[in-house]
Amino acid sequence: MTTIRLNHDTTLSRRDLETIASMIPGKSRILDLGCGSGRLLKFLAQLKEAKVMGVEKEQDKVIECTGRGVPVIQADLNDGLPDFADNSYDFVILSQTLQAVKRPDLLLDEMFRVGKTGIISFINFGHCSARKQLLFGDMPETKTLPWKWYNTPNIHLATIADFRRLCTQKNIRILREIPLTQDGDPFAFLAGIWPNLFSSTCVFILEK
Amino acid sequence: MNPDQRKQSVGIVTPRHFVIEEGLKLQCGQVLAPITLCYEVYGTLSKNADNAILIEHALSGDAHVAGYHSPEDAKPGWWESMVGPGKTFDTEKYFIVCSNIIGGCSGSTGPSSINPKTGKRYGMDFPLVTIADMVHAQKKLMDHLKIRKWLCVAGGSMGGMQVLRWALLYPDSLVSAIPIATSSRISPQSIAFNWVGREAIMSDPAWNGGNYEEQPDKGLAIARMLAHITYLSEESMRRKFGRKLQFSQDYSFDFDKDFSVESYLEHQGMRFVERFDANSYLYITRAIDYFDVTDKTGGDMAKGLEKMKCKCLVVSFTSDWLFPPEQSREMVRGMLKNGLDVSYCNIESSYGHDAFLLEDDTLGRLISNFLSNLETDKE
Repeated sequence: MTTIRLNHDTTLSRRDLETIASMIPGKSRILDLGCGSGRLLKFLAQLKEAKVMGVEKEQDKVIECTGRGVPVIQADLNDGLPDFADNSYDFVILSQTLQAVKRPDLLLDEMFRVGKTGIISFINFGHCSARKQLLFGDMPETKTLPWKWYNTPNIHLATIADFRRLCTQKNIRILREIPLTQDGDPFAFLAGIWPNLFSSTCVFILEK
Repeated sequence: MNPDQRKQSVGIVTPRHFVIEEGLKLQCGQVLAPITLCYEVYGTLSKNADNAILIEHALSGDAHVAGYHSPEDAKPGWWESMVGPGKTFDTEKYFIVCSNIIGGCSGSTGPSSINPKTGKRYGMDFPLVTIADMVHAQKKLMDHLKIRKWLCVAGGSMGGMQVLRWALLYPDSLVSAIPIATSSRISPQSIAFNWVGREAIMSDPAWNGGNYEEQPDKGLAIARMLAHITYLSEESMRRKFGRKLQFSQDYSFDFDKDFSVESYLEHQGMRFVERFDANSYLYITRAIDYFDVTDKTGGDMAKGLEKMKCKCLVVSFTSDWLFPPEQSREMVRGMLKNGLDVSYCNIESSYGHDAFLLEDDTLGRLISNFLSNLETDKE
């Protein structure tokens, strides 16, 4: 089975990949923000003959991208996307990074300045395991969010419901939601019905 | 050279010479003829002539990139860590070429060469050369070597300017370009340093309007010392020297050198005078000043880079304040606007501009990775 690791412990299965890939026409121009070592872009470049470009902050990952033949610009998403011209990409991907930037709202604006369609995978702080820990008075630590409150890079955690509200406020249309669950999650089958409670991550396809 | 070094090195190399009898019409309008290019090659050119890489040297560099000139030679070429068997620029895979720039003083025609019209050294009669002129001369060498297309043209600092010129002047003659620690238009700060360096040389009485038998040692050494400071960073100087005194426990209470950093600079200046011609220093720094890919596009970077077609890897270093990362970023932005296949890496380093010669581990991994993906681009 083809799987692709997006970040940390989230793996997109073949089904999810195919869902995303099916929404991307051949030869599209794709920008991946926080592209890591470039696996997803390499996959899309091969499968879709896409013209891909990555943005990555960490030097070693930039070097890995180069080893994969994936073009990459070393930059910090907190500075926006000043290297990229308006409407220069068909798709802009942001994998599990929105919560870690200083101003997620401004990065969203930048994404839709540079590209037409946004693909955002969003870590859901409204997941039942997080809610349970909060209920008992603890800051949640989950498989998707394995950090302590004082050392987490995730400075803007939110729930799927919060994110939907921000999109409405910014006139961003949600074309599709693909809720994802952890391997072995007994409530995985409920994620599609009630994503805000049962999916740990959700992929949004967005347009403005 | 000890046996261990010999094993990982291209070994003994001999500089070659190529004469362009008809010379070249230079950007300044004058014709320079004949032109000799002194160059070195390492590795073997493939049957299809598609594995050739051109390396461009910086201001004070030369064609001697790797290996040794004799078994007694203590010092290898200037990029020995990057060029050789099994190294980043792998001489078992690639055919590596480096030629001395025109205007220099390491074997190619420059102000210290004999002017055939007078039988004397050119001196100040040497025409002003530009980075573009240097590249046009190298193109003649490329044709002479029967190289169809460079797999890559790479170089740091002024070498990076030649890389960009190659990509703009001969866009169909290279598969990829790696400009390192460079700029697409030199900054006023760099122009200022070059100016002061040249003033130091020209105000040395020994310079004598460029007609000298003995080098203007003092002026050239000051120019080098000044430039050398710009190649380091505040942090690298603090780490390397601190406030250490060189000779005694206490201050000398006079103006002779007390501090290690002063002795170091003096040493650098003296060593430079032994190997570098003062007039060449004037000509080359001027060529650097004039370098601006946007000079015909009213400062528009994307337009200035419009003719570029090749894949590009732009590299800068975080502590380089002579060619700051922002200048590389500006060039990357222009390339992106033009839809070029470009990658950019800003390597973390405290070495300042000199990092391009010192960060060979990181730079080596990056460039090896980049080169390994070029195979499929071959025609």
